[in-house]
Order: sequence, then C-alpha cells, then structure tokens
Amino acid sequence: MTPLELTGSLGIVGYGLGAIGPGIGVGLIFASVIQGTARQPEARGAMMGTAWIGFAVTEALAIIGIALAFVFG
Amino acid sequence: MSGFLSGLVPLETGGFEAPGVHSFDFPPIFESVPWFDKYMFQAILSVILILAFWLIMARKNAMVPSKGQYIGETAYFFVRNTIARDMIGHDFRRYLPLLIALFSFVLVNNLFGIFPFLLLPTPSHVGWPYGLAIMVWLIYNGVGIAKHGFFGYLKHTSLPSGVPAFMWPLIIPLEFVSNIIVRPVTLSLRLFANMFAGHLLVLVFVLGGEYLLLHSASIINKTAGVVALIFSMAIFGLEIFVQSLQAFIFTVLTAQYISSAAAEEH
Repeated sequence: MTPLELTGSLGIVGYGLGAIGPGIGVGLIFASVIQGTARQPEARGAMMGTAWIGFAVTEALAIIGIALAFVFG
Repeated sequence: MSGFLSGLVPLETGGFEAPGVHSFDFPPIFESVPWFDKYMFQAILSVILILAFWLIMARKNAMVPSKGQYIGETAYFFVRNTIARDMIGHDFRRYLPLLIALFSFVLVNNLFGIFPFLLLPTPSHVGWPYGLAIMVWLIYNGVGIAKHGFFGYLKHTSLPSGVPAFMWPLIIPLEFVSNIIVRPVTLSLRLFANMFAGHLLVLVFVLGGEYLLLHSASIINKTAGVVALIFSMAIFGLEIFVQSLQAFIFTVLTAQYISSAAAEEH
C-alpha cells in the first residue's frame, strides 16, 4: 500500500473548488442590493427583482458543479 | 459518498444506501410501452392541467372579477408585464403565448417535485430541459434570422457595434460561442441541475432521517433522525422557492434572448 493514498470523490472536490466563484458572486450581488437600499429605500422593489435574476444566473454555475459531480461518478 | 455515510452508522440491516443518480431511474409503467415512464406521465398530466386552467381562464370574462378569475389574471399579468413587456419591448405580443406556455409548463413540472403522490420534478431527468432549451434556441435564432437575414444575423450576434477592427479576431469567436453555443447549454443545465440537486437534497434528508430513526441503535442517532426528518420540511419549503425561481428565470432568459436577437441596430 502506498504511504499517502487518497481516496474519495474527485467530483466533490471539483464542486468545492467551483463553488468559490459563485459564492463570492452572490455575496457581491446582495451586498450591492443592501447598499442600494441604504442609499435609496424607495428603489428596493426594482432592485430586488434584478437581484433575484442575477442570483439565479450566478448560482447556476455552482449547482451545475454539484449535479455533474454526481453524474460523473 | 456512500462509503462516508455507511462508516458512521452502525450496520443493522445492511447499511445505508445513499441516494444518487440511481434514485432517478424510473421503469416504464406498462411493459409494452417503453417510453411511458413516470416522467412522461407527469408531463402529460401537466399539459392537461395547464390547458384546463388557461381554457377556463379564457372563458370567464366578468367585469368585476371573481376570485378564480383574479388568480388567473394575476398569473397572466405577471408574465405579460414583468417578463414580456419589460424584456422584449413594443413587439411583445407576438411572443406572449410562447412565454406563457413556457412559464406554465416549467412551473407546473417543477412544482410536481413537492406535490403529494408524485414527488418528482420532471426536469430532473436531463432530457426535458434539453428539449425545452433546443426549442428556445431554434426560436431565438429563427427570430433573428427572420429579422436580419442569415448573414446579417450572424454579424449582429458576433459583432457588437463600435468595436475597432483590430479586436475582431478576438471578439467574433468569443461572441459567437457565447451567444450561439453556450446559451442553450447553460439554459438547460441550470434548470436540470437545480431540480436534480434539490431533489437529491430532499432524498438525503428524508432517507437519512428514516434510516437513522428506524435502523440505528443508539438514542443519539435516533434523535438525529427525528431532527433530519423535521428539517426536511424546511428543505421542502426551500424547494418550492427554488422551483418557482427557476421557472421564472427560464422564461425571463428566453424573453431576453428573443429581445436581443430581434433588437435593432443602434
């Protein structure tokens, strides 16, 4: 047996690495929503609508990572 | 993944079988009809429900709306105002039936994931989002070609106006791949992966909680099983939100792609 043998799922490690970017991205989106609401509370509705669209598009990359980690073993 | 979980729990009846890709295999309902499995049954059921809803909605036309008419009108106005008019602009009436049908179909099939007796989101089998994305791809490319002509549409897609000539070898392949090749891929994979991962999460909590509660020895494991089963209710709530959001996103992006294909040159 080799002394330092690593076992486990490489796909899950790939997902972990791939979730860094969308995590930062979603944080940036909602940080700007919070700041924009602080500057102008009346614009909250329009900002939240765009925020959810941006959230889904950014989150898609992380979700594709976890799904393909299962599909590819 | 199953190695990790079966190492934690004392084995009484053969170990915990973790949910995975195999949990999404459903055999055909009748042996003689190989294509009629649970996914196809849910899709046909959703079409029947959607047709019934919108046909009933199209008939009642009281001036002061009743409750049922109000719900249908809210759904219609939501797609018309928020998605079609804001995204496409003044030409939106032509694409409104497509957007309403797409939104209804994706929403109902997503919500089948939390509906009793069915409990399976249809887009969690990858063929369904592929089919929807191929249809959207044909439509938005067709709209662009009908408006600008074939080479005019390729030029419109690959070359934003105002780009200096020395950047063309960089911009044209990038924009072409991004608009024509990557868009249907991300559209389908976004819907598929959200439904697949969400359903898998529900399965992990429910199956894991059931195994911990009923098939394990110590009281700590049984308490953890109860907590997991209670928390799976919260996961169901999260799934309602994610499924509705993904239906909305699919329709919004379709409207966005149609709008950018049919846009006039500045």
